[in-house]
Amino acid sequence: MNFTLLIYERPVDFAARTDPARQPAFWESWKAYSQALREAGVMAGGAGLEPPETATIVRLTNGERMVQDGPYADTKEQLGGFFIIDVPDLDTALAWAARCPAAAYGTMEVRPNMRAMG
Amino acid sequence: MEETRRAVEVAARDSYARLLAWLAARSRDVAAAEDALADAFAAALGNWPKTGIPTRPEAWLLVAARRRLIDSARHSRVRGEAVPTLLAITEDAEMEAEAVAFPDERLKLLFVCAHPAIAEADRTPLMLQTVLGLDAARVASAFLVQPAAMGQRLSRAKAKIRLAKIRFDLPEPADMPPRLAAVLDAVYAAYGSGWDDVAGADARRKGLATEAIHLGRTLVNLLPNQPESLGLLALMLHCEARREARRTPDGAYVPLSDQDPTRWSLAMIAEAEVALAAAARLGRIGRYQLEAAIQSAHAQAVTFRDKWREISSAIWRPPVVGGFGKRLGGRPRKVRPGR
Repeated sequence: MNFTLLIYERPVDFAARTDPARQPAFWESWKAYSQALREAGVMAGGAGLEPPETATIVRLTNGERMVQDGPYADTKEQLGGFFIIDVPDLDTALAWAARCPAAAYGTMEVRPNMRAMG
Repeated sequence: MEETRRAVEVAARDSYARLLAWLAARSRDVAAAEDALADAFAAALGNWPKTGIPTRPEAWLLVAARRRLIDSARHSRVRGEAVPTLLAITEDAEMEAEAVAFPDERLKLLFVCAHPAIAEADRTPLMLQTVLGLDAARVASAFLVQPAAMGQRLSRAKAKIRLAKIRFDLPEPADMPPRLAAVLDAVYAAYGSGWDDVAGADARRKGLATEAIHLGRTLVNLLPNQPESLGLLALMLHCEARREARRTPDGAYVPLSDQDPTRWSLAMIAEAEVALAAAARLGRIGRYQLEAAIQSAHAQAVTFRDKWREISSAIWRPPVVGGFGKRLGGRPRKVRPGR
């Protein structure tokens, strides 16, 4: 069963990606985490996302395409990336979420992926 | 017919939670398990008058409910993947044999109900409904909520269990203390909501306190080496032992220091003390053990107060005429130990 781990981070955490002082440790921890997911055979996908200021919003209003500067929700913590993992139950998914580097400084949201309908 | 009804009632009272826990642990779908079990009970009422009451009513109900569960899973495409694989592998004959001594999964169900992924306010209601078999209306009345609103909260919580795939299993040893604490808190909340009845008139809520103690005993039976479950049981029993003494006949509140210890339940106090002593032997102190120990000390202080009063009055003045009732009769008291 697939679960998605959504990673929410603050601006200061996004900054760590490029801050020369914090960069090496930061990327080391992420590399170790995704390697652990792969070695356990649970990794089913995922991506890191560029920071929220790169987001663009699209909506159809009366059939017309409306494009706007994003992100969608103006909140302190923003979606920074996600993993899709294949594990038997919520409790295993929560255990993996807790091991994610972002769990220590940001917020992890765990959601079951929907099964195909119809 | 009367005999059948009684047999079904006995099975419902004694085995509802075990049957439900078994079905829910295998289907991971509490609501579907409840429906299937309700169907099985209805089928029993219809069939047993014709076929006679089976030698093992529980096994009969379990097999019938499991069949319903598989059928309903086949009809529902959304739920349709996990249920048949989890349930359908066993053939009926094999199943009958297994059902005779089916494993007790109530503890797993308790941990699911008090899972951190379930909203805290919903844990106790969920536990009362699934593990004690109370209907939504009864649970709603205990929490002073409209039955419809409580019904919605309960079905939302059950949907969360199913969709989020909460694991039906005991927590890992490392997770046990916080997870058990959540279970104990939910049981204690059930006890507290049964105890709040200031008027002492609402029999339904008083019943809830009894149910909570029943849950507490169940927990101690299932997890005998957890000092905090013993502590919680001792705490509830100490509180409950004094229920009769807590009110005057016209309903006024009687503070502990003025209670008549002869109206306390000695059986409950004794059971509480045994539980507390067993908890102490495990050597890990915690909140519920401390609260129970305080209750225990209070009970002893009042008992000794009265002993002391007997002794002192025998020495200093003639025995108090009329006993406990006259104690607050306005006469200045020279000795007030234990306050």
